Amino acid sequence: MNEGGTGLLPWPPVRDTRPGNAMKVTINGAPHDLPPGSTVAQAVQELTSAVAGVAVALNDEVVRRGAWQSTTLGENDRVEVLTAVQGG
Amino acid sequence: MAEERDANPAYDTQDPAMTEDRRLMQDTLILGGEKFGSRLIMGTGGAPSLEVLDQALAASGTEITTVAMRRLDPAAGGSVLDLLRRRGVKVLPNTAGCFTAGEAVLTARLAREALGTDWVKLEVISDERTLLPDPIETFDAAERLVADGFVVLPYIGDDPALARRLEQAGCAAVMPLGAPIGSGLGIRNPHNIELIVEAATVPVILDAGIGTASDAALAMELGCDAVLLASAVTRARKPGLMAMAMREAVTAGRMARLAGRIPRRRYAEASSPMIEHVGGER
Repeated sequence: MNEGGTGLLPWPPVRDTRPGNAMKVTINGAPHDLPPGSTVAQAVQELTSAVAGVAVALNDEVVRRGAWQSTTLGENDRVEVLTAVQGG
Repeated sequence: MAEERDANPAYDTQDPAMTEDRRLMQDTLILGGEKFGSRLIMGTGGAPSLEVLDQALAASGTEITTVAMRRLDPAAGGSVLDLLRRRGVKVLPNTAGCFTAGEAVLTARLAREALGTDWVKLEVISDERTLLPDPIETFDAAERLVADGFVVLPYIGDDPALARRLEQAGCAAVMPLGAPIGSGLGIRNPHNIELIVEAATVPVILDAGIGTASDAALAMELGCDAVLLASAVTRARKPGLMAMAMREAVTAGRMARLAGRIPRRRYAEASSPMIEHVGGER
């Protein structure tokens, strides 16, 4: 996770995109730099603020909406944010 | 089984009080423990716009309509969900695009979270050229989803053995194809569809391959309980008109099935009296 550091996460989390201080996560297949300690809710915010009809998977496991705020992300986590579209 | 499936008191013409409208109203499809008046399930794929889709859905009379689950596109305008909710149509998420059981199970769980439904049209394809369903991955995913409490409606090939196994695994219906998705080739193996219908105790929904109204009518005549189609309507020159045609075709095919077709004969059987015609001998 916090490679090369003290093992302690900065608090409060700040958005610092300098190498080493940003956390790399993949959101819908695209790389994003988020502050360490960011949550699933913040990852969703990177895409949209309209969350009706949206579901999230973190590393291939569904994260229920009630847990978005409390689920923190780690380095190289994969977040998928899905919604219903025309099909079938 | 086929007789039980087709014994519908709503079509008992011995009852003079039964008007045609009442018969149609009472010919309900029971699927996943819910009742539906329409036996036409629509997909939403292929429509040129949400407006055209809206008109087509209204004209089709459908009560169940499929959607796909995809990565959120913040730039996408208009929501198919809003449209379906406004129409009061039941939303049936599918797992289209999945190649493995694992992907399909995750997609179904995401759909349940996003849409608040435990219904899923299970679709696990084997390759992008034919989009034919992968029976092994489909069965694996079906078992896992049934165990997870889903109402599973699997899209399968026209394989009576697989249909039976999926029913035994707890699927709420089986959905054999008529022909590959979007091909419009109709029902390539009516005999297998009949075999599936004969053996099934869950609804059989003909899914994929419908090209025009006669294909949908044939599916119902073969004994299917419902028809699922999208491209045949959404990609028609006039989607609204084709949707109406499909609605009528499904109803006509259903009534013909319940009415019981005459046997096929090699030679004629006269429908007028063959005696006392002009020039005949006495």
